[in-house]
Amino acid sequence: MHLALATLLGGGGAPVNDGPIAAGIKNFSNWLTEPTRYSVASILAVVGILYFRKFFSQVWVVTAFFALSTAYFVFAFQDPNFNAIITKPDNVPIVILFVTVIFFSWLSLRRAVINDERTKRGEPTLEGELAKQKVFTWPDLVYSELICLILFTAGMLVWSILITAPIEEPAATARTPNPSKAPWYFLGLQELLVYFDPWLAGVVLPSFIVVGLCAIPYLDLNPKGNGYYTFEERPFAIAFFWVGFLLFWVSFVILGTFLRGPNWSFFGPFEFWDLHKLEPMVNVDLSTYFWVELLDKPRPDNPFVREAPGIVALIGYFLVLPPLLGKTVMKKMVEEMGMVRFNVFMHLFLWFALIPVKMGLRWTVNLKYFIGMPEYFFNV
Amino acid sequence: MTKLFNYIRESQIWKSVFRHGYPDTPRNRTLAVLSNVFLHLHPVKVRRSGIRLSYTWCMGGLTFFLFLILTLTGLLLMFYYRPTADKAYEDIFALREHVPIGVMREMHRWGAHLMVISVWLHMYRVFLTGSYKPPREFNWNVGVILLVLTLLLSFTGYLLPWDQLAVWAITVGTNMARATPFLGHEGPGAALVSFGGIDFIHAGDDVRFGLLAGRFVGEGALLRFYVLHCVGFPLIAATLMAVHFWRVRKDGGISGPL
Repeated sequence: MHLALATLLGGGGAPVNDGPIAAGIKNFSNWLTEPTRYSVASILAVVGILYFRKFFSQVWVVTAFFALSTAYFVFAFQDPNFNAIITKPDNVPIVILFVTVIFFSWLSLRRAVINDERTKRGEPTLEGELAKQKVFTWPDLVYSELICLILFTAGMLVWSILITAPIEEPAATARTPNPSKAPWYFLGLQELLVYFDPWLAGVVLPSFIVVGLCAIPYLDLNPKGNGYYTFEERPFAIAFFWVGFLLFWVSFVILGTFLRGPNWSFFGPFEFWDLHKLEPMVNVDLSTYFWVELLDKPRPDNPFVREAPGIVALIGYFLVLPPLLGKTVMKKMVEEMGMVRFNVFMHLFLWFALIPVKMGLRWTVNLKYFIGMPEYFFNV
Repeated sequence: MTKLFNYIRESQIWKSVFRHGYPDTPRNRTLAVLSNVFLHLHPVKVRRSGIRLSYTWCMGGLTFFLFLILTLTGLLLMFYYRPTADKAYEDIFALREHVPIGVMREMHRWGAHLMVISVWLHMYRVFLTGSYKPPREFNWNVGVILLVLTLLLSFTGYLLPWDQLAVWAITVGTNMARATPFLGHEGPGAALVSFGGIDFIHAGDDVRFGLLAGRFVGEGALLRFYVLHCVGFPLIAATLMAVHFWRVRKDGGISGPL
């Protein structure tokens, strides 16, 4: 029963002596997946794919992508460090997540491109053509449901027989494993802990995700694109969801699973998880920038005076920016949505945007907190 | 052979179960769906566009099917599992050591992982096809709650093997609750919740304590998570699923262009 994936694919033994090309690929992979580059590359990928959607929605593009990925995977599998992390039984679903999310994103994009072209020519969409016909649930629907279930169950059984569910050592509250990771589907949030304190990354932001998801149908007043794939009829909605779901959720789960090792330090896919890898922490609060660097004074003792610049900045961000935008560039949006909807949308959006803003400031100027009041556990 | 089938279908027992003939005529196909409590969650007729895999990805259906697989395998696992600190690990370990070709735990674990993925993909598809737009706003919300419940089901189940992975993942996860504003003892504003110099929010009574029934992940947390995982959340999820499917039908079936 204990048939590991490794025996199927080979590799994973002693360290290999790499040739110059292999070493080059590995070094490049390690370099590219460093969180800053990883995130920037992901943003560029999402924007680029949506912009050049006609090119990327072709069949050969996704085929080539998966062929190259498979080749890369087989190559990488020979590396002991890559092998060690990828063959963990609990990481198999993350690989499935990676493959399915990319495939379905491509599929939806392809249908959107085709539908948009058809609409431009005045033809009905792919769905619209078929929607006129109605078929009986029995047999058309129940049979395809049945076939799906049988195939799926067979797949589940094979998977369950091939890979035994792991069990680690018995629980010991005195021995903390390193790294300690949350369940994989929360690793996107754990990644946010790099940039935000637990009250934001673990409580406030997840709550806003749920509230924001619930609010979507009441904020998106665009009647188009109901029941068929499209991009051009709702470009903002699709792009926003791609960024939110693909970038800040799925890609962070993958980052947290494969590239975060002991002490939540970054490790490239071909890097050994060294317990002693230290990353210098040189992050600076906004208050230090303001009082010490700008005014050349010691920081005031009163926390509210000390943090005044951050407080002013955040009040400006959350309370001044929305009405300002509503009066100027987003005037039309306010008229269409009404004040209540506009404000709810803006606040949810600004909370969301706070994540990339903070990440960018961390990478560029090592910003630690806008407001840092450890006295009250109030750090933003 | 045909004679035998006909004999069975003409018998009183068969007819008492199925009140319609073989579903090969429009009338009987309609009755097959209408007279079956499970099938009647479907409408009698569906848009041809709405049942294409390239449109639906089958993710909602798979999620529901996974829920059924998990209920079944979970029920079997419950026979062999005692949710106490000194027995839990032993029982899970014994499942692996003593059961030849045992796949129940595997099905349960891999199925749970997959259900999280299929729920995400289902939501992704529903968003991309704009299927949350009127008249389906409410059902989208039910779906969001079901998504949260799926994560909670998985999260509570994560603890039950009671190994290092389980305990520390739940520790990391629930540590967040410490920082809940006003309600966690390390959250902003918690210090304000005091009266006459007595702090009301401390490590012994904050949100995290309530989740774990203790100051750390111990026996109390195990029992609490077990009950929620096996009874509480599945009941809520099953109820909401019924609402979800019902509303799919009532809001005009699987979405399609109007």
